[in-house]
Amino acid sequence: MKCDIILAGVGGQGILSIATILGAAALRENLHLKQAEVHGMSQRGGDVMSCLRLSSDPIASDLIPTGKADLIVALEPMEALRHIGWLSPAGRVVTSTVPFVNIPTYPDTARILDTLGKLPNVTAFDMEQVAKEKATLRASNMVLLGAASPYIDLSPEKIEAGIQAVFGPKGEKMVETNIAAFRAGRETALSL
Amino acid sequence: MNENKPTDHSASKVMKLLLGDEALALGAINAGLSGAYAYPGTPSTEILEFVQANPTARERGLHSHWSSNEKTAVEEALGMSFCGKRSMVSMKHVGLNVAADAFVNSAMTGANGGMLVISADDPSMHSSQNEQDSRFYARFAMTPCLEPSNQQEAYDMAAYGFGLSERLRIPVMVRLVTRLSHSRAQVATEPEAAAENTLSYPQNPRQWVLMPGNSRVRYRELIADREKMEQESVESPFNRLSQGSDNSLGIIASGIAYNYVMECFPQGCPFPVLKISQYPLPKKLISELFAKVDRVMVAEEGQPVIEEMLRGLLDTPSRPVLGKLDGHLPRTGELTPDSVMEALVKAVPSLRAGSVEAPAASSLQAELKDLVVARPPALCQGCGHRDVYAALTAAMKMYEAPKVFGDIGCYTLGWLSPFNAIDTCLDMGASITMAKGAADAGQHPSVAIIGDSTFTHSGMTGLLDAVNEDTPMTVIISDNLTTGMTGGQDSQGTGKLEQICLGLGVDPAHLHTIDSLPKTVEEMKSLFLSEFEHKGLSVIVARRECIQTARRHAKKA
Repeated sequence: MKCDIILAGVGGQGILSIATILGAAALRENLHLKQAEVHGMSQRGGDVMSCLRLSSDPIASDLIPTGKADLIVALEPMEALRHIGWLSPAGRVVTSTVPFVNIPTYPDTARILDTLGKLPNVTAFDMEQVAKEKATLRASNMVLLGAASPYIDLSPEKIEAGIQAVFGPKGEKMVETNIAAFRAGRETALSL
Repeated sequence: MNENKPTDHSASKVMKLLLGDEALALGAINAGLSGAYAYPGTPSTEILEFVQANPTARERGLHSHWSSNEKTAVEEALGMSFCGKRSMVSMKHVGLNVAADAFVNSAMTGANGGMLVISADDPSMHSSQNEQDSRFYARFAMTPCLEPSNQQEAYDMAAYGFGLSERLRIPVMVRLVTRLSHSRAQVATEPEAAAENTLSYPQNPRQWVLMPGNSRVRYRELIADREKMEQESVESPFNRLSQGSDNSLGIIASGIAYNYVMECFPQGCPFPVLKISQYPLPKKLISELFAKVDRVMVAEEGQPVIEEMLRGLLDTPSRPVLGKLDGHLPRTGELTPDSVMEALVKAVPSLRAGSVEAPAASSLQAELKDLVVARPPALCQGCGHRDVYAALTAAMKMYEAPKVFGDIGCYTLGWLSPFNAIDTCLDMGASITMAKGAADAGQHPSVAIIGDSTFTHSGMTGLLDAVNEDTPMTVIISDNLTTGMTGGQDSQGTGKLEQICLGLGVDPAHLHTIDSLPKTVEEMKSLFLSEFEHKGLSVIVARRECIQTARRHAKKA
């Protein structure tokens, strides 16, 4: 098993918690894992990216080579496109369609979505909407994790155990909300 | 603990998912650490934060308070080492510049208890002003240097480094880089922490008093010790020469670059590889490699330290050397598996055979150009620095050529639009001293803007210079009650800034405190304007808690 994932978003959106949860799940499965992220300046509203590598064999590099990622998982469509060079020929993009506009130069969203649509394997929907309906807006990142989960070789139960492990210290209510968001994201992705 | 044996990762170990920074910190705790010292700086901050949160460290009461700056931190750690206990001090690469006096001279005093000086480099400047390579400092000070290539080595090197430091009686540098500091992997860890050292004093007390007579003796010993240090590097479990089936090329790969080389050869590397993770360089192993191969490629993260040594001034190595200086690898920025692969293909074109399919997006490249735009970081909404800059830029409009000297912190983002408010950013504390130099040159208004943590790090001494000459300049301390950019660590001057300024001799009539809020922007602007017209030194403390820490405090309450 090998799964190389690029996680992308804007600082503060919560992509690093996705990495933490998958990490906790992978550790239970005795998989090898490397997860590189950038802290500091970019976390102040800039673009953030994390490389997450899961494998049954030892992993050499903390960074994923370009053109080799199995998945690009993004909370924001332009950020999905920013890292599209990493995607392998058979790779898939899972992204929210909701733009995060914190710059005056943000391009035309319709053109971004149109370009994403030209890729062979894309799962794209309004994750904020699903989060609002089934959990809370703040759990949009768990909707994204749910939407990506069918393409990650870890059972949904194991990922939910990861959610439990990460949100457990914040209370049972937090865990329930995030698992609900995760399940809603997974169902939506599978129904597309 | 102190033997040169590779660490045993047997079943008694506990597997943990750790950042490189955290692995090193836990390794140190488990090796009997007594005190950790640091000033926050990306990518090193998580080292001390880990010690602060670790249950064993808390139970033992291990020192883990933030220091005022990197120099005070190194000296505090050396004081602990003097007393025979194991200490570590961590900082980002440019922090080592601040600590350089203490660090370089600590090689002269030597260590008593094991001491690790951890410097985390930031190639590609993700969150830094330069790409300097800490290995130069280790070479300059003549200390050993460890450079882990992965999280497990970061963990193992703590215990090993303490042992090395105690064997050689010298502080040992550990060089990290961003991609190791901030990357997680599973690490096999000891279930329990070893006992701390007991209090004991140096066997060579003269050496700790660096008066010329003592220093001359010690310096000769330090030079003589290089041989022992090099022998340690030759025998190090972290340096190893592996054989290959193809001797047309040999590869020297140091630290994290080793991983990128290995990534290029999933089926195993056909060329001999010398992995370097301990310095001084093991000349014997390098000679063995040179004797075996036709050409040598050097892959190292950061500046071409090893490569320059191999080439020498006249660039006459016994075998051709390929690396950053001849364009095989990029001279700037961090390495990637791609740049290493490209270099290997340049050197051995046949490696391109069986090359990969085009990436999924290769047909979209033209469209992407104007669809993906830069998203620079920005000050948070609700940040007090925003209101300070709103007032400052409004006040500046009254002058023809105002100059604002900036500093290091979140407020450096004030250079970006919409504020475009600062003219310089050099190093920690330089706002005040550069504003002073500019005022000395006749600049008016000459304004310094500095954060609270940066002020106590390196701004206070410069302010004394301005006090002593009553320099006509205005210092704005934008106090958010924390060290914001690195994630909200305690700031050493919180609650003391006005007293510090008064203590340094700032005229109470020109020391003002004001809240930095949207509703006080006009008031701040008037205050700035009136102090710009004062023909002497003014200090204005503009205060509002960082929105990030305020949210955290609200959640806790």
